[in-house]
Amino acid sequence: MTNATSMAEPIQKSEKVIELTDVVAHYGSHMVLKGVNISVYEGEIMVVMGRSGSGKSTLLRQMLALEGPTSGSVNLLNKNVSEMKAEALFDLRRDIGVAFQGGALLSSLTVEQNVMLPLTEHAKLDPQNMEIMTRMKLEVVGLSKFGHLMPSELSGGMLKRAALARAIIMDPKILFCDEPSSGLDPMTASALDDLIIKLRDVLGMSIVVITHEVESAFKIADRIAVVEDGEIVFIGSISDVKNNKSTYIQNLLNRSAEDGEIHPDEYLRRLTGDGSMKDVRL
Amino acid sequence: MDSTPPNNLFYRAAERTGRTVVAGIEEAGTCGVILGQSFYWLFIGPRIRQPVRLNHVITQMVEVGIQAIFIIAIMGATIGVMLAIQGIYALRLFGAESRVVIGIALSTVREFAPLITAIMVAARSGSGLAARIGTMKINEELDALNVMGINPIRFLVVPALLAMIVMVPALTILSMYIGLYSAGIYVQWELGLSMTAFTRDVVNILSVDDLMHGLGKSLIFAVLIAIIGVVNGASVKGGAEGVGRATTHAVVQSIAAIVITDMIFALVVTRI
Repeated sequence: MTNATSMAEPIQKSEKVIELTDVVAHYGSHMVLKGVNISVYEGEIMVVMGRSGSGKSTLLRQMLALEGPTSGSVNLLNKNVSEMKAEALFDLRRDIGVAFQGGALLSSLTVEQNVMLPLTEHAKLDPQNMEIMTRMKLEVVGLSKFGHLMPSELSGGMLKRAALARAIIMDPKILFCDEPSSGLDPMTASALDDLIIKLRDVLGMSIVVITHEVESAFKIADRIAVVEDGEIVFIGSISDVKNNKSTYIQNLLNRSAEDGEIHPDEYLRRLTGDGSMKDVRL
Repeated sequence: MDSTPPNNLFYRAAERTGRTVVAGIEEAGTCGVILGQSFYWLFIGPRIRQPVRLNHVITQMVEVGIQAIFIIAIMGATIGVMLAIQGIYALRLFGAESRVVIGIALSTVREFAPLITAIMVAARSGSGLAARIGTMKINEELDALNVMGINPIRFLVVPALLAMIVMVPALTILSMYIGLYSAGIYVQWELGLSMTAFTRDVVNILSVDDLMHGLGKSLIFAVLIAIIGVVNGASVKGGAEGVGRATTHAVVQSIAAIVITDMIFALVVTRI
């Protein structure tokens, strides 16, 4: 853990809904997560930030129990997912909603069928009620007029909103959003941020958001976790992260290149090995 | 002592062969696991309130079976006529062309109809299955199903497997019928044997065992096509290029598996 760490607890301490303890994860021989400890509390929005390749996606997959840790434990809603049988895990996942980065809507189904899918698979409701619930969720994300379209007919922003509607159709206790506002225009991104806040305030969901968007993170986060090279190097409030002196964190927030990023001359020297092309300039 | 492995041609060839064998065994194991899980979800799923949806099976049956009727009919007719042409040509050497019906009937029902149907379905639907599952994997749709508490084996694989198990034998029967009928037309034209006489000969020659031989094989081919398509789709890596590779692998492996299984099946059954 670096000296930039500030493991602040949420202001209103409540029950932990996610708890990762000393989680180590590998892809082949490469260690991607190096003993991660992080907790998410009921009713809070935790934003996870970090540069590309820092381990955010792996962290998300561990939280979703899509991959098991090499060591350590992952607790979701007070249950250790590593020790759960497949059927119990599938039951647990009904309390979890995920809005994937690319939407991940099933391309063979319409938007409405996609959003309704968890209901048709898990809820014992008559079709009319399911349709009403689906329309309500589509209304929440502003897609009530587009339910009949196929996913391929939607824009990027609409896909993300449809994915969010599907993620919340079962009123999950925990909602995960992977890059919800990336690639969206500022107005749509802002509307999505407002929606995430509304889901926490109105439905009391605990929400984990993976994002690169600093503005969005500052708007929605109760706490921010920063990942660097497979480690959580900071967890704290927005003011804590802003005041943090870590170069990595400040570079991340200010969207500036890291110190030590390769200078063109250095890059050329590495390419030529002995510097024999030193007169050549990029 | 130097622990570095030797870097000669023999060593590299042995290493490559070893890796290929291990990968093959691993893939065969994956096929077995997926097949086992499919039967688990088919029979145990309804008891744990996660049944296989009939509408998904029907959708797959339409795709695998109904939409393939035309091409299977064309191929069946072509094979029937081809067998009649070759049979008459070969038997004419002995002046025994009137016996051609025996060869046509047995080879169509026991061999060619199941084989050609399976190859066409592998090329059409096995590749489609691999491409669909591969695309779903790279688009995170499989992850999405998992986190929605929907098992992808139950939701995607079992309907495709059931559709294959029902439709491949059904298409095989169609192929048998059209193959024999078109062969009958050619024989009538070439040898002047009436369609009634041709049909009577076919019925006299063929036994239920012959029919079961053909349909039994087509059932095994159906399972092979579905499982090989799924395994290749699920192992996609590297975006659209990976999907293309998986699709090609699925077709090549399916056809190879069909032909090899056909030979083993014929060998075993004819010796029982």
